Amino acid sequence: MADAAIQIENLTKDYPFGFLHLKTKRSLEGLTMQVEDGEVFGFLGPNGAGKSTTIKLLVGLTFPTAGNARILGKPISDISMHQDIGYLPEQPYFYDYLTAAELLDYFARIHNLRGVERRERVDRMLKKVGLETARKIQLRKYSKGMLQRVGLAQAILHDPRVVILDEPMSGLDPLGRREVRDIILELKREGRTVLFSTHILSDAEMLCDRVGVIAGGKLRGVGAPDEIVGIQAHGMEILFELLGVAASTPRSAALLGTAMKTGNRYRMHVEESELYATLDQLRETGARILSVTQMKASLEEFFMGLISADRAQANAVDVSGK
Amino acid sequence: MKRVGVVALNTFREAVRDRVLYNLVFFALLLMAAAVVVGQVSIGIEQIVIVNLGLSAISMIGLLMAVFIGVGLVSKEMDKRTLYALLAKPVRRWEFLLGKFGGLLLTLAINTAAMSAGLYAALFYVKHSLERADGLALVAIYFILLKLALVVALALLFSCYTTPLLAILFTAGLYVAGLFVKEMRGVHGDKMAPALQTFLRWLSYLLPNFENFDVMASAAHGRHIPAALILQNTVYAVLYGAIVLVAAVTIFSRRDLK
Repeated sequence: MADAAIQIENLTKDYPFGFLHLKTKRSLEGLTMQVEDGEVFGFLGPNGAGKSTTIKLLVGLTFPTAGNARILGKPISDISMHQDIGYLPEQPYFYDYLTAAELLDYFARIHNLRGVERRERVDRMLKKVGLETARKIQLRKYSKGMLQRVGLAQAILHDPRVVILDEPMSGLDPLGRREVRDIILELKREGRTVLFSTHILSDAEMLCDRVGVIAGGKLRGVGAPDEIVGIQAHGMEILFELLGVAASTPRSAALLGTAMKTGNRYRMHVEESELYATLDQLRETGARILSVTQMKASLEEFFMGLISADRAQANAVDVSGK
Repeated sequence: MKRVGVVALNTFREAVRDRVLYNLVFFALLLMAAAVVVGQVSIGIEQIVIVNLGLSAISMIGLLMAVFIGVGLVSKEMDKRTLYALLAKPVRRWEFLLGKFGGLLLTLAINTAAMSAGLYAALFYVKHSLERADGLALVAIYFILLKLALVVALALLFSCYTTPLLAILFTAGLYVAGLFVKEMRGVHGDKMAPALQTFLRWLSYLLPNFENFDVMASAAHGRHIPAALILQNTVYAVLYGAIVLVAAVTIFSRRDLK
């Protein structure tokens, strides 16, 4: 599609290893997907799934073994493409002898920003990431969260149309994560395309228009977070508490047998078709219903399912190989 | 090319803010002071002692900086991953490499200039005047700079594809081998196989010829240094350095930054 901000076709990456680099390990296999213009796309997967490999290929830090990708219609090998992208590396580290202002000024010069515009842009970015008071402190004295913020500032310094963030919430405290989330949402409001990798599932569910799930170097699914989770949606969860008198009856005791007690509260899982009958029974026993929630498999469970399937497949291959 | 300059200035700033650098310069100034003392007790040959010791100090400190900082130019950026954010910007890999090379060269030039000023101050202190012949030391200093440029290029090349330790060993090894190219060309003897003699002769032309850059003795003794040698060394350093840098760029442009 011509409108896609990022278009990836059959992207494959093998890394050589061994003493003479004669063997290769496949880190990414035939990745084909696209990120639409203006959307926030979450790239999800467990560690070692191929998320960073994909991102490094996109920003030109590594070179594909096969396949190709285009960003805003330009091939990733085209250096002019880099003018329109911003990139935050995973666990970013910058020249520690520079201050935040000096680092941003350096990158602004690389982007050919000049004079007053350069200074204004640097000031604006430092303010945006909340580092204006720490602008003259050398980066060696920065905490991990502050470095992450500097990393974000340098990624969006030049007003890129596509922003690629590798694990932007990694290692941040809840406040830091919220700040990064706010910046991503602001980028979305400004109409920019954001691709970010993460294994923090709630962040992806909260921010993403669509997510792509990758495991073992292969893409396992692309869609809205709900769609992906919906693959394994099942059952309802009832949260209730029982009054002291009612809890001692035989009927309530039978119900309690299928519920899990946490403090004074009970949690019960039932099939959707049995929900109303169970609620009636609970009410008859004098239970007070606190909440009813549809149970969805979390993305974490989705990952676990994928990994288990991979292991089962690998074991099957081993057995048949013998 | 503008980005080459931006990277070069940042490399220069890094070197200036590196405290190790000041230790080296302090050590060089200490050697100059020693030259003054030794010169004062060497009646009649003060100039020879001061110029020899001073130029040796400039060369040695320059070499240490060229090898150790040169090897770290690329490998340190890869180890610390400072390179990642930079190369995702519109910077070509050759621009990065040339910028790093230029930045260190600028650092070496300024350090060499400062140490040369120290050398001439020492000479003036002992002789109470400077003569035309003292200008010969400037030619020797220029040759030292050319030599350092070649060493930086070699260090950069090795650091593009091997570990820092091996890159130091390879650079230092090539430098030492390059001091003996004339001997390698002149090897004759009944005990050595003709094939080996031919191999050594060919090898001597491939190795960087650092012997030609050493005119310290001439400068110290006030002997004339031919203009042809200045031109020859300049052309040689530029061509050899360019070939080494092209090789470095070729390797680095294909390297995956994992």
